[in-house]
Amino acid sequence: MTVVALLYDVARLDEKMLIKELRERARLHLIHVPSSVLEMGRGPGVDAALERCVSHYNAVSSAAAAESWGARTVNTAESIALSADKAVTQALLHRAGIPTPRTMLAYSVESAVRAARDLGLPVVLKPLMGSWGRLAALAGDEEAVRAVSEHREYLGGPYRVHYIQEYVRKPGRDIRAMCIGGEAPAAIYRVSSHWITNTARGGRAEPARVDGELEDLVVRSCEAVGVEVGGVDVVEDPERGYLVLEVNAVPEFKNIVRVTGVNVPGLIAEYLVSRVRR
Amino acid sequence: MPELRCPICGGPVRVDDDALPGELVEHDCGAVLEVYQDGEGRLSLRPFEGVQEDWGE
Ligand SMILES: Nc1ncnc2c1ncn2[C@@H]1O[C@H](COP(=O)(O)OP(=O)(O)OP(=O)(O)O)[C@@H](O)[C@H]1O
Ligand SMILES: [Zn+2]
Repeated sequence: MTVVALLYDVARLDEKMLIKELRERARLHLIHVPSSVLEMGRGPGVDAALERCVSHYNAVSSAAAAESWGARTVNTAESIALSADKAVTQALLHRAGIPTPRTMLAYSVESAVRAARDLGLPVVLKPLMGSWGRLAALAGDEEAVRAVSEHREYLGGPYRVHYIQEYVRKPGRDIRAMCIGGEAPAAIYRVSSHWITNTARGGRAEPARVDGELEDLVVRSCEAVGVEVGGVDVVEDPERGYLVLEVNAVPEFKNIVRVTGVNVPGLIAEYLVSRVRR
Repeated sequence: MPELRCPICGGPVRVDDDALPGELVEHDCGAVLEVYQDGEGRLSLRPFEGVQEDWGE
């Protein structure tokens, strides 16, 4: 029987659903990364590994460990590392010809203000890394841009790189689509009166139809960053249509399951096991 | 599973039979607790440190 590992740190509902589905298809090795010692090059004898750590550094390093054991790892350490950086993701999406919101990088407060002027206010300022809309700011005027970027400079480190994006006038919602092995089996709208629509921040989930254009975009976005199981964030621009914001390599899916009824963890488990059988 | 102790208020905490290390439980006292495996391999509880800077999807 196929032996698979689930690498995790926080056991959320998503992980519990995955555990159940993996156990139906394989022998499961549960690895709670924070309380484990992972030796590079010498593992517990698993054929495949599913990476689910919410800590980015736990995720990249433990996926790397699983790869060093020769386990077929989903997602790969490389793709997790690439997708976590918004600038790197943008570069890969551009090279694949995928439409994204206009974005600028600036390296000082003054140039951040210049970038915002060029993009047209309001603008969105985001940290290069981070999720759930954390530290994302909507700046309506130059003073706000200045205040936010000054604060980021004060935080230092990675925050000194200003990632500034045009504000897309989306219709009170954005789209989170699941992508599993080159298919997009389910998507939701995240509906909110606030510009940050993440369900972790109070957005309401509703089922979304995945049309051919959306599916194509979502699948190509994941391919561009090398992500096999991903959650793709998409906004709808009134004129340009779908624009891809980013690809998440350790995607939460419980809300997608709840409102669409699609067995996302089952599809992920099936995909992982099928990689070994090949 | 035996009843565990809340490390914040000392009160009893009931945890599911199939609880896993890394699982979060909210106690009646308001504390958010994390299930973990102690040195002897027993399940135990500690205060949850909260969302860290590198956490995300
Ligand atoms: N340029 C933009 N214009 C309008 N809304 C935006 C823009 N960028 C992000 N948002 C909104 O802000 C929220 C967070 O965006 P984004 O996905 O870029 O950040 P994140 O912190 O990486 O979140 P996630 O956990 O969803 O990956 C979403 O609700 C998204 O719709
Ligand atoms: Zn308590």
